[in-house]
Amino acid sequence: MAEAATPKKKIEEVPEKLHVWPYLVRLEFLCALVVIIALTVWSIVIDAPLEEAANPTKTPNPSKAPWYFLGLQDILVYFDPWFAGVVAPVLIIVGLMLIPYLDVNPKGNGYYTYHERKVAIWVYCFGFLVLWIALIIMGVFLRGPGWNLFMPWQYWDPHKVVALVSVDLPYAFGFRDYTWSAIFGGTVLLAYFGIGTGAYFFLERKALKSVGFLRMFIKIQLALIMMGIVIKIVLRIGFNIKYIMVTPWISV
Amino acid sequence: MANKTPQIPSIAELMDKIKSGKIFSDIAKEITESQLWTSSFRHGYADTPRNRVLQIASNVWLHLHPVKMHRHALRIKFTWCMGGITFLLFLSTVVTGVILMFYYRPVGEYAYYDLKYLQYDVPFGMLMRNMHRWAAHAMVITVWLHMFRVFLTGSYKPPREFNWVIGVFLVTFTLLLSFTGYLLPWDQLAMWAVTVGTNMARATPFLGNEGPFAEFVGVTPRYDARSLLIGGSLVGPPALLRFYVLHCIFIPLIAGALMIVHFWRIRKDGGISGPL
Repeated sequence: MAEAATPKKKIEEVPEKLHVWPYLVRLEFLCALVVIIALTVWSIVIDAPLEEAANPTKTPNPSKAPWYFLGLQDILVYFDPWFAGVVAPVLIIVGLMLIPYLDVNPKGNGYYTYHERKVAIWVYCFGFLVLWIALIIMGVFLRGPGWNLFMPWQYWDPHKVVALVSVDLPYAFGFRDYTWSAIFGGTVLLAYFGIGTGAYFFLERKALKSVGFLRMFIKIQLALIMMGIVIKIVLRIGFNIKYIMVTPWISV
Repeated sequence: MANKTPQIPSIAELMDKIKSGKIFSDIAKEITESQLWTSSFRHGYADTPRNRVLQIASNVWLHLHPVKMHRHALRIKFTWCMGGITFLLFLSTVVTGVILMFYYRPVGEYAYYDLKYLQYDVPFGMLMRNMHRWAAHAMVITVWLHMFRVFLTGSYKPPREFNWVIGVFLVTFTLLLSFTGYLLPWDQLAMWAVTVGTNMARATPFLGNEGPFAEFVGVTPRYDARSLLIGGSLVGPPALLRFYVLHCIFIPLIAGALMIVHFWRIRKDGGISGPL
């Protein structure tokens, strides 16, 4: 500011600030025009679905939620409804709201960058594109009668027999007693969160002072829950494990 | 002006004016200086910097915008236009939705047949219904993409944290608007999709009759989180009425109020984000 060094590059002559009228308003107008025309043409060509009248005595198979909730409906395969239908959506909403308060990286504010915030980009893309969008696509196109998985070329056979061979994790480890099973399952869960949290705090111990304990704690819990969903999907598909912990009140 | 008596122009004078074309500028002057015109249009249309400013600042609809903005914020590569498109689609659903309301009764006996009537007998009824439904579905997609863009550009970072939180509320309300509207056609698709969706409410910990720890609270299938939502123990006519009221009044009002805050905060936080 003080010393006017000889400019290396010629400064652009275009002004940095532009009038909104006409530069933005004309863009908005054109954009609105395109969207409205597309919507109208689409609506003329494709009719909204209307099936037969609602009938509470006739349950369709499969019964599917609206398409934007099919990701949640799909994790019902791996979790009980209290988690997949209530706790998971609440965690998604609360977790999203917390993003600006957990991500204290000052870089990458107002421009596209991958290198300055790799972890943040990876976590969001994984959550959005894989756990949300990919599961929706799977739920819409690949889930058939009985919520069984069908490839696009396969016939949706309502009588498809799928062996229910899954067992609970404590059972797989030889526990046959309810109490000891519950204790074992609870220990596994506690160990997962305990070791995960401990490892994170150890690896990021230098950041503790600048980021703060509460922020780091919430961040790693949300991350562990998100990873836990993936782990449970893998355990179920790969190893036929149903629950990690079973109690008479709540099972995970 | 004081004692100017109106004069009848002579024919020759008039012919002169017409031939020279002066009559047009005279008429234009007469109109644009009239009280009616000047009360409606506060500034000229000539492309001057002053008029460009006034065009935004003196128009109630356009004054949502700043008068000037950074060049980078115009780039579609940066904004994807998704926030604006979401708002436009919301407005489309409001317009088409109000038209549909003239023909639709949220009553178990009528709802489905009103839709049939709307589709086959009401002029442009099918088109209105299609536009309403497709705009709603498109809105769900565009609002997700808007959120994705805002995340990728780090636009939730200070000072825009609060507006991001409002935005998350708006995403949620977009989904709820779409979900409550899903029941209204009252066909098999609607009833069972909403049955699947609302069944989740009875698994709410403590408050749903099949949820964990429900036995300590004493909720029943007729008295829990789900029955509050659908007005009974299964998706029936009371659910239809509840979802109608939520869909047409309750959620749009809340979402509209939040949209006002959302847009206002963009201005207050220094316009749309960009490299500093």
